[in-house]
Amino acid sequence: MQQENNGTPTLEIIKLTKFFGGLRAVGNFGLTLNKGVLNGLIGPNGAGKTTVFNMITGLYVPTSGDIRFKGESTVGLAPYEITRMGIGRTFQNIRLFSNLSVLDNVRIAYHPHAGYNLVDGVFRSPKYAVKEDELTERAVEFLRIFKLENIMNETAKNLPYGEQRRVEIARALATNPQLLLLDEPAAGMNPKEIVRLMELIHFIREQFDLTILLIEHQMRVVMGICEYITVMDFGEVIARGVPKEIQENPRVIEAYLGKGAAHVA
Amino acid sequence: MGIGFLVISIVKIAAIIAWIYGLLWVMGRPKWWMKVLGAAAAFGIVQLALTKIGNFQILNTFDSGLLFQAASMTMVALGLNLIYGFNGQFSLGQWGFYGIGAYCAADITYRWTMGDARGLLVVGFGTIIGAALMYAINRFVVGRLHGVPVLSAFTLYLIGAVAAGGLAVLIGNAINPMLAPALGTISAPGPLNSGASLQVVFFLAVIFAGIFAAEVSFLFGLPVLSLGSDYFGIATLGFTIVINTLMVNSDTILPFPEMKGGRGMIGIPKLTNWFWAFLFMLLVIMIMRNVIRSSTGRAIMSVREDETAAVAMGIDVAGTKLLAFMVGSFFAGLGGAVYAHYIGFLSPGTFTFLVGFNPLIIVVFGGLGSMTGTIAASFGWTFFLEGLLRVLLGYLGTEAPTWRFVLYPIALLLLMLLRPQGLLGTVEWGFLKQKFFRPPPAAGENQPGQTAVAD
Repeated sequence: MQQENNGTPTLEIIKLTKFFGGLRAVGNFGLTLNKGVLNGLIGPNGAGKTTVFNMITGLYVPTSGDIRFKGESTVGLAPYEITRMGIGRTFQNIRLFSNLSVLDNVRIAYHPHAGYNLVDGVFRSPKYAVKEDELTERAVEFLRIFKLENIMNETAKNLPYGEQRRVEIARALATNPQLLLLDEPAAGMNPKEIVRLMELIHFIREQFDLTILLIEHQMRVVMGICEYITVMDFGEVIARGVPKEIQENPRVIEAYLGKGAAHVA
Repeated sequence: MGIGFLVISIVKIAAIIAWIYGLLWVMGRPKWWMKVLGAAAAFGIVQLALTKIGNFQILNTFDSGLLFQAASMTMVALGLNLIYGFNGQFSLGQWGFYGIGAYCAADITYRWTMGDARGLLVVGFGTIIGAALMYAINRFVVGRLHGVPVLSAFTLYLIGAVAAGGLAVLIGNAINPMLAPALGTISAPGPLNSGASLQVVFFLAVIFAGIFAAEVSFLFGLPVLSLGSDYFGIATLGFTIVINTLMVNSDTILPFPEMKGGRGMIGIPKLTNWFWAFLFMLLVIMIMRNVIRSSTGRAIMSVREDETAAVAMGIDVAGTKLLAFMVGSFFAGLGGAVYAHYIGFLSPGTFTFLVGFNPLIIVVFGGLGSMTGTIAASFGWTFFLEGLLRVLLGYLGTEAPTWRFVLYPIALLLLMLLRPQGLLGTVEWGFLKQKFFRPPPAAGENQPGQTAVAD
């Protein structure tokens, strides 16, 4: 797939490096995500994929290098400011607000755009009444898109695993991102749930104007839905390309299966 | 005698819980006049019970003492529930803010009755100018620059607060002589020192004490809230101890001879009546409910649930923590101010950190994250422990009441074993309930969640 596209790329990572003490978790990492493309980021355990995610979302500050979202550098911004710029994410281990209802989980995602502040809330101003109802209606409509409206009053922790993942993805989309980062969405899912997840990812691409970056170990998912794949090992990019190229790339096979495996395969 | 007292006490506790239920229910009525009438009725019932008709009085002096204690405890404990129960920040500092509110308000009214307006003027102008300055610093300096280190921001705010305090002292000293004739002296009170105007001063004193406590909590919370929850707990414990030490030495290392240090502050005008206690309690309950049932309230709860996920939702976690801490401390300040003017005497012994565990116990008893639980537990705890148990054990011997400090930890232990979510869990009554939006259609067979609830 082509990497040249119209205008500035959604995300541009330039020579990103992160040291933890003396350990180089990520080194000279470069990545360009064009608008609307579903990108995969794969690599063996410990390759630094999640570290890259955490740097994009601002949880870690890079040792050097730059991250540009729609042309603007996000390095040094607080993580919540980066989210508000339009980068949503899910987590490797599901992080729902587990004691709150599904509806509240989504309504929290609307908080930065609630349209009223604490003073309106405390004094129950007319603005509060209007905006709060509006916000709730928006959240219910949003849940309806994901067919989650039947469980909106359930406490999040009481949902089955697959449903929790759906709620988490829905919640991330409720922050109205232009770039969605999915960290191992298929982890711990059974084959049936994986099929539903892949359908869901296809669905959200059609429904929302999104660029997606996906970390995944399940090759079935990666090869099945990603349009462009970047492979990492020991903190560096070892290969890029469409799924077909990646499957045949000897360095990738080597990274996953060990030296010599490429010749056997 | 003992049995009769036991029965009457239990009936009283049950009646009070029923009263709380009624109050919360009536506040949830749809029309505003229903709420006003209902609240007035709830106020009137207790006022009637406090009134002596002939020789008969339902709530005697001992009971009314408990009532006021419970009302101020409700404010403190609700504040703590906001900080710990809803925002997940384990705090032992609530008692320190309670003490700040009590001493601050007491000093204002005490000085006022002595013919000195500086207490009100300095605290009033200080809190207002301080709030304005800190807001300006936040808006135009810290907010404009990205990634200002916490300690630098703290230093800026501290400079702002000190400047506001200094300015307020200058203003207070300048205006005070003008007001002196109207205030009169303790032996010959002037027109500003009696009746309605004194009530207004009391009202202002309570509000300013609350705002003052909130501002202190802002300055204290800014550097400390960036620590994790456990370390925050220890730091707040230290805060309570520091405040207590300052109280003990208020006449020596602090310039407040009228507080009389460790001997205790006497002569505070007893201006708190049931009207004020009820009003402020209701005010705190309403603010609390409105905060929790707003978008900001949901943000506060999301921080408790998962900070990392809250950040990924675009929530300013540090700011949210600070906000919850300030609102909680504001409540504590109000509670302290109301308490001080009921009891009329403040001793540092009331504000030691050991007593400071009481609100924490109440919050845990009632249920972390349940406003109703906190309110009911504040009343139940006060009437049960300080009322019933104290008197009952008193029959066994003069030292026996001390055993209640053995009995209630056991009760707490049992509660933690049998019902770790607290007496009420997250149940809410009346207007504190969360609105339900279009509940799902009648449970189908395959409704997700239903199966998961079972296991």
